[in-house]
Amino acid sequence: MNTTDQSEGDPAVNHPHHHHDGDHSELDPMTLRVRALETLLIEKGYVDPAALDMLIETYETRIGPRNGARVVARAWSDPAYMQWLRDDASAAIAALGFSGRQGEHMVAVFNSPACHNLVVCTLCSCYPWPVLGLPPTWYKSAPYRARVVRDPRGVLAEFGVQLPERMPIRVWDSTAELRYLVIPQRPAGSDGLDETALAALVTRDSMIGTGLALTPAQPVPP
Amino acid sequence: MIYCSHADLGGKPAAAIVPEPEGELFHASWERRVLALTLAMGATGSWNIDASRAARETLPDYAELSYYAIWLNALEKLMLERGLVQADELALCRMIHPALPVARVLKADAVAPALARGSPTVRVAHSAARFEIGQAVRTRAASVGHHSRLPNYVRGKNGVIERIHGCHVFAESQAQGFGEQPQWLYTVVFDRSEVWGAGECNESNPLTLSIDAWESTLEPA
Repeated sequence: MNTTDQSEGDPAVNHPHHHHDGDHSELDPMTLRVRALETLLIEKGYVDPAALDMLIETYETRIGPRNGARVVARAWSDPAYMQWLRDDASAAIAALGFSGRQGEHMVAVFNSPACHNLVVCTLCSCYPWPVLGLPPTWYKSAPYRARVVRDPRGVLAEFGVQLPERMPIRVWDSTAELRYLVIPQRPAGSDGLDETALAALVTRDSMIGTGLALTPAQPVPP
Repeated sequence: MIYCSHADLGGKPAAAIVPEPEGELFHASWERRVLALTLAMGATGSWNIDASRAARETLPDYAELSYYAIWLNALEKLMLERGLVQADELALCRMIHPALPVARVLKADAVAPALARGSPTVRVAHSAARFEIGQAVRTRAASVGHHSRLPNYVRGKNGVIERIHGCHVFAESQAQGFGEQPQWLYTVVFDRSEVWGAGECNESNPLTLSIDAWESTLEPA
């Protein structure tokens, strides 16, 4: 750590990542501020830099919506698993290896021709991390949180989703430590597909309720 | 000082939504570090998740800040309040005062097990649930001078108990530092017209809303 640097008051000089060279004039204030804080917390011994890297790597590469897609694909393929999700979603999801932080108490909700489910956290950004990973920016931002409880059809239209007329909508506001996973309707034309092929039809948004599962003919979005 | 949450957004006017592709997690490198620092400092046990939410929602400039800037400001606030860092250290970007003891430091090899374990909030019940499934209830109408997970848009509204989830750590207590004080937790469902008024009752587009509510925030209707 560079605490012996003569210009200690300057965060542009005094931070632990000196491998880029000495000129950080192009770095924005937030980058400098966060680097300085990280240095301070490492120096104080509160955080382990290797653990920080591990946390980031975990949420960038291991914990994301492909986990949830596996849950949905299993549910579509196996009626007993679908029933287990209804009875005890936490256990059913943990059986596929997904559990823990921000998914300790899972509830699966099931889209059907009789009901379309949408999940929100109007108070902050509660989201089922073990199955969907980190929430997208729109999920955490004011427009979605403010509007989906009042005008879900208007919100869905902004995602390009048109539900049939008279389709009842249910919005789940995640106001405690229960975390909700939407099980989308299995798309037409997906008969005979195996779980891997089915999982590819399950988008992140379809498991929040702001999308529908893809049909086999549809290209997978980027 | 009056407690004011700037994060209780349900039903407020707001702009259009900007959808985002699935793989897009961060919009600047520093956001990754804020995520990691927040999780790692949370793992030291210096505060609980409800204190953390309270710190974020009371930031005066909440509405102007990006998401990870909210996290960063709240993280600094929580550490300053507890003396884990001091203002001169943040200003000068270096350690001036000795570190305080923390309950634990998250090491790299403990990350996966810690995340897989999480922090379950369900607790053993020492009393029977006051409400039963199908029962009509009314949510607390009064505003409270502290952190709450009862959103404004459903305050003082009539709903129905739909599910019972066992006893859970009570967020309002924990946020104020009064301990877990677990209470029965319910899913309460409301009809659109009850929440938004008869004018928004739309027979052709039926809508129901639900929240998860602790027992002390409900009364029989």
